Amino acid sequence: MKKKSNQLKKKPVKNSAKEHDIILELKDVCKIYHVGTQIIRALECMDFTIKRGEFVAVIGSSGSGKSTFLQVASMLSEPSKGSILLNGKDVTKYNEVERARLRNKEIGFIFQQFNLLARTRAIDNAALPLVYAGVSQTEREARATKLLTQLGLEERLNNKPNELSGGQQQRVAIARALINNPSVIFADEPTGNLDSKSGTEVENILKDLHKQGTTIILVTHEKRLAKIAQRIIELKDGKLLAEHKPPFNKL
Amino acid sequence: MLGVIIGVSSVVMLISLGKGLEAFVTQSFEDLGSNNIFVSPGNVFSEDGGFNSFQEQGLSAMSNSFTMSDVKEISRLREHVLKVAYYSVQSDTLKFMDNSEKSTILGTNADYNQVLITKLDKGRWFNASESESGDRVVVLGYKIAEELFGEVDPVQKKIRVGNVTFTVVGVAEEKGSGFGGPSFDSYTYIPYETLSRIYNINDIMDITVKARDDVEITEAIAVIEKTLEKSYEEDEFSVYDQAELLKVIQDILGMLTIALGGIAAISLLVGGIGIMNIMLVSVTERTKEIGLRKALGATPNTILGQFLVEAAFLSILGGVIGLGIAYAGSLAIQPFFPAKVTTEAVLLAFGVSTVVGLVFGAAPARRASLLSPIEALRYE
Repeated sequence: MKKKSNQLKKKPVKNSAKEHDIILELKDVCKIYHVGTQIIRALECMDFTIKRGEFVAVIGSSGSGKSTFLQVASMLSEPSKGSILLNGKDVTKYNEVERARLRNKEIGFIFQQFNLLARTRAIDNAALPLVYAGVSQTEREARATKLLTQLGLEERLNNKPNELSGGQQQRVAIARALINNPSVIFADEPTGNLDSKSGTEVENILKDLHKQGTTIILVTHEKRLAKIAQRIIELKDGKLLAEHKPPFNKL
Repeated sequence: MLGVIIGVSSVVMLISLGKGLEAFVTQSFEDLGSNNIFVSPGNVFSEDGGFNSFQEQGLSAMSNSFTMSDVKEISRLREHVLKVAYYSVQSDTLKFMDNSEKSTILGTNADYNQVLITKLDKGRWFNASESESGDRVVVLGYKIAEELFGEVDPVQKKIRVGNVTFTVVGVAEEKGSGFGGPSFDSYTYIPYETLSRIYNINDIMDITVKARDDVEITEAIAVIEKTLEKSYEEDEFSVYDQAELLKVIQDILGMLTIALGGIAAISLLVGGIGIMNIMLVSVTERTKEIGLRKALGATPNTILGQFLVEAAFLSILGGVIGLGIAYAGSLAIQPFFPAKVTTEAVLLAFGVSTVVGLVFGAAPARRASLLSPIEALRYE
């Protein structure tokens, strides 16, 4: 597996001089939910930055606010306050259609549940974001085939999710996340539904992607998994508890 | 979907029946001949514009009839009347060699085939002198001739009607049957005088008058009514023309159309609600998929479009099945009732089912498009 994932081509860096620029910046961002008369402060106001090519893990137990962090930072939901800058552009005031386009072009998602379309072939699942980007069928298939081949699934292009193992399904989902050359990949408990062997495979893919310059935000409750990142943000009760740097002795 | 199937098939059936009836009625009225005035015993039309049933007409319709002197009175109105046809009927068995068939025998006059257009396939109609002297001559309907004679040419052959020997002088052209009732093709025509003598019949069931071209038909009706009022009460007879008959038939057809249209509308409504339910279930079942698609960049309109297309597809599928049923149905009833599936009916079926799908798919599709991606993704 390691050998195959090494075949992943280095993603072209848009501007090498800006390689360590800030790609995503959260300024004083918080998220408050109103449930009836109750106000739930899911995410206390916080600042966060991630540089191009950086690999950051966000950890915390359930209820720590890490899911809310992921949703807000990935433009799935709007922050209650503060602003989000992606590639230096304030995207906080985007409307729903603009946010959808932004997620389509700039964000890649890897979910714990894989979230593949059940009756759809691997190649079409991987190519799904390209449908919404308006890419032609021929090009969609070409790009999906290339990525799935790099992830060692060249024999499985026409298989439906129920004909694939968990690890294979997650690799299809990783191909889907990468297909539009996004600025940031959000991985939400990517190994949570996998056995340890497949989990390790996915870990290695993430490490390789990082080496090749992909910006990754990994959200997990597993401290062991988080240690593959360069930097770990620890959340608790919606607040930023600590930031850890290698060798992560305190964890 | 069942509702859409029923709805579309009733819409298509409705149109095909309407079209078929229209063609049939037009054809029948052409057959009746133009400028004709019908004189019938009893009060044919009810006060509210429909036909009176026999029960409503009472015994008068069954027992009242005209006499030869009425025919003569009407024939004398030469300023208005061109020709008069009249008849009475009797049922009897016809025999040729070993074949025998029961037939309705119309005793009529020589002008009958010119007033109530009856073209001849073979031979001729009986003439005035044969008619007046009560000769034993007979004109056969197309079907009865075929049944009795098969391949043999019936003209100039002798047949027995009851116990009396007749000479066949002609065979009428095929007219076809309209509503599954008795067809003119099974009728046998003999001179009235002959019928009267053999069966001892002296009354006349129906008189048809061909008005002169140069008079107003309403005027002619009034003159005939006036003449008959000398011998009968006002409600013992009816004088009317095709226009009046056509109007009543059209009124009845109109009511039928409204009734069938109502059934179609209700079925389409039910079908639409069915589709709405299917789509709502589909949206719920696929909440997670919708969330995923939105996360990956589908805009609300893309999702709306996707679900609308699915609803329209379901509905059109129902429409196609409905169309098939309607087509089979119209084929099945064709022997009894004129019906034809037209291009416009097919187009309407597709149009209607697409609209039903879009209208009733709109609410579920909108619901899908408004789902928040995070909540949808979290949905189990």
